[in-house]
Amino acid sequence: MKLIKEQIPMKEQPPEVRKKNFEEVPLGYTKEEAILEASRCIQCPVHPCVSGCPVHVDIPAFIKAIKEDKLQSAIDIMNETNLLPGVTGRICPQEDQCQALCVVGKVGDPVSIGRLERYIADWEFNKNQGKKRVSISKIDPTGRSVALIGSGPASLSCSVDLVKMGYSATIFEAFHKGGGVLTYGIPEFRLPKRIVNYEICFLQELGVSFVFDFLVGRTATIEDLFKRGFSAVFIGSGAGAPQFMRIEGENLDGIYSANEYLTRVNLMKAFKFPEFDTPIKKGKRVAVIGGGNVAMDAARTSLRMGAEHVYLIYRRSRNEMPARVEEVVHAEEEGIEFMLLTNPVKYIGDEKGFVKQVECLRMTLGEEDASGRKRPVPIEGSEFRIDIDQAIVAIGTLPNPIISITTPGLSIGRQGEILADADGNTSIKGVFAGGDIVTGSATVITAMGAGRTAAASIDRYLKEGS
Amino acid sequence: MFKIVRKNILGPEIVQMEIEAKNIAPVAKPGQFVILIVHEKGERIPLTIADRDNDLITIVFQVVGKTTTLLAKLAEGDFLCNVVGPLGNPTDIETFGRVICVGGGIGIAPVYPIARALKKKGNEVISIIGYRSKDYVFWEEKIRSASHRVIVTTNDGSYGFKGFVTDALKEMLNEHIDRVFTIGPTIMMREVSKLTKERNIKTVASLNSLMVCGMGMCGTCRVRVGGETKFTCFDGPDFDGHLVDFDELIKRLDTYKEEERISLETLRKEIQI
Ligand SMILES: Cc1cc2nc3c(=O)[nH]c(=O)nc-3n(C[C@H](O)[C@H](O)[C@H](O)COP(=O)(O)OP(=O)(O)OC[C@H]3O[C@@H](n4cnc5c(N)ncnc54)[C@H](O)[C@@H]3O)c2cc1C
Ligand SMILES: Cc1cc2nc3c(=O)[nH]c(=O)nc-3n(C[C@H](O)[C@H](O)[C@H](O)COP(=O)(O)OP(=O)(O)OC[C@H]3O[C@@H](n4cnc5c(N)ncnc54)[C@H](O)[C@@H]3O)c2cc1C
Repeated sequence: MKLIKEQIPMKEQPPEVRKKNFEEVPLGYTKEEAILEASRCIQCPVHPCVSGCPVHVDIPAFIKAIKEDKLQSAIDIMNETNLLPGVTGRICPQEDQCQALCVVGKVGDPVSIGRLERYIADWEFNKNQGKKRVSISKIDPTGRSVALIGSGPASLSCSVDLVKMGYSATIFEAFHKGGGVLTYGIPEFRLPKRIVNYEICFLQELGVSFVFDFLVGRTATIEDLFKRGFSAVFIGSGAGAPQFMRIEGENLDGIYSANEYLTRVNLMKAFKFPEFDTPIKKGKRVAVIGGGNVAMDAARTSLRMGAEHVYLIYRRSRNEMPARVEEVVHAEEEGIEFMLLTNPVKYIGDEKGFVKQVECLRMTLGEEDASGRKRPVPIEGSEFRIDIDQAIVAIGTLPNPIISITTPGLSIGRQGEILADADGNTSIKGVFAGGDIVTGSATVITAMGAGRTAAASIDRYLKEGS
Repeated sequence: MFKIVRKNILGPEIVQMEIEAKNIAPVAKPGQFVILIVHEKGERIPLTIADRDNDLITIVFQVVGKTTTLLAKLAEGDFLCNVVGPLGNPTDIETFGRVICVGGGIGIAPVYPIARALKKKGNEVISIIGYRSKDYVFWEEKIRSASHRVIVTTNDGSYGFKGFVTDALKEMLNEHIDRVFTIGPTIMMREVSKLTKERNIKTVASLNSLMVCGMGMCGTCRVRVGGETKFTCFDGPDFDGHLVDFDELIKRLDTYKEEERISLETLRKEIQI
């Protein structure tokens, strides 16, 4: 059979329609489309894709199973390394990971591994009617229990492995719902919450306990958790502390951190106000500051909240944008107005304290900086103002500090990250960490990988006591 | 889990509840608060832990909008959806010497555990508590038990001294005072801080910004203190009153005035049907 050079496209809601609703944008593959895409994989012997995946999913094997329409075995292969394919299939930056190394990509488009991953996850979801009942083989309970802090992807994946190894696992989450960023940050149109809930219900069925409304550091310290009988602690508390630019007028009404904006919409369902009680301002002219996934999510959300103009203000050029390519393309299609090489310098408010303008400077790119990206340099005298009634600041987040300041002896890095070695060991015996709290803002799949690595270390520690 | 064990009406629109909160009550300290959710579609609102007893925490709140209206409708034996805490830093309680606690309106409830702790630490505690009028007076006895001297004011003079707490405070400041603590309406805290700044008496104000997460990840509650942006939930809620930008705080509190009105009106219509 001749190689099809282009990826089989996935149907999407048209931009004009989707920008007015919160439904998912890509609609998924049909069986025929999936088999066709799967057959683009040449099953090369070196399978570089696997090494591009932070959790080393056996990609050629699951794709082969799809091609043969053996979907149960495809999902089984997937679950050996990745329990959240419905999530990662949708939001992993595949173009930088598995797909970047795909051999087929040298002659045409790489195989669309992410879409195939989503395909089997959706197949399983539908087959189980949204309620997964998979029995995994647990070994005899060890009688030891592990506390996990935070319910994001790092803790979720860590807890599953621990349960499989026979430990009891309890996740302590400060919010009233589980999932971490998957629930409070990433919007419904990119990651439907039914998928996150599905996975959390599955974990509960496996025996993972969830304690919500529990802020470790305030409700109890890590030391208290040990006193309560836990033998080890895993910290997966994420990088959720929003940064601001510290420029004039940033506390005016109508200026949000992306975390606040997205939390109100996603976690608190402010888009259904007043049916839901949490309010949100519906800006008509919105400035979103930043160029990452978070900025794209905030921009596209504000469009769906009814904004007429959404300006994405980013200080470098498009090439340097850290967001996933798909998100940038989707944002552009929906009509987000990109103002590149532009940086806000101050906000101007009205007499009631609401923001009415943002003043920006134009930038140009200079020398490369330590990250290898060209440094933005302001062009003197290029100030100009844009009329806005809302601004969303998405310039990054730092590790949540509550645990580090309430845990004596825990070594902390310069950005507030918890220092852990490659196995997830922290400076305190029996305390492990992984995910964004260690790496700073990264990705779902790296957090999941770190959770799994830590689970293995916790097992070793509890067996050997070292 | 979060059962309402006791409920008392303390005055017009002022409600006290004791709530079962096993994880929170034993570790709560003066100055800390909880965030609670009343129903499935509810918002997260912060309320101070005004007292605690074994597994119970006491909250005292004023009915001002939708969430507090719904909360006030709950009865003994009902449950809250969620309560997380204790949040925020405890008030810094040391032996300062002679201190004044200035509480206004609903803020008098959170003043109580602070005054009590200050007294226990060996301070001479003078409390100035101000109510709108006689009908609104609550917890006077509790404040008396936690203080050496108490001055009660009412705006209309129907009980205690006629006037604002600041009027009473002005006179007290003729004595030597080591520190002032203030909780109440933002404007009151601003005026208290103005008065004490003139005399250079360190003043701790417990701020009541809007809030969502309570753990430092959203920034809803940001306030400017000494020119720097701080988060009330994480860095506070107590701040140096002389450094707080109260005017900015007052504006930020009004961000959702329109939405709050819609919320309450919708609720009132629903209740009537
Ligand atoms: C808007 C947005 C879009 C993103 N888009 C993508 C994407 O497309 N692809 C991708 O791969 N990645 C994306 N990311 C990044 C990704 O979501 C994170 O890297 C990942 O979620 C990190 O997982 P984690 O488990 O380390 O922490 P988190 O998911 O941050 O979870 C941490 C949890 O811990 C809880 N917590 C914190 N402190 C405490 C405490 N003291 N006690 C109890 N609980 C606590 C928090 O409430 C939270 O629920 C995005 C992030 C955001 C914010
Ligand atoms: C740390 C902290 C501790 C608090 N402790 C208490 C307490 O012990 N008892 C108590 O009654 N209240 C307390 N508050 C205020 C309380 O959270 C609000 O009154 C409540 O959220 C109002 O909710 P609502 O839906 O009923 O009213 P909304 O519809 O939200 O508001 C109705 C009206 O109340 C005003 N309002 C709303 N939130 C606040 C606020 N945070 N401060 C002042 N005015 C506000 C609004 O401007 C509006 O005019 C505290 C706030 C903070 C930040």
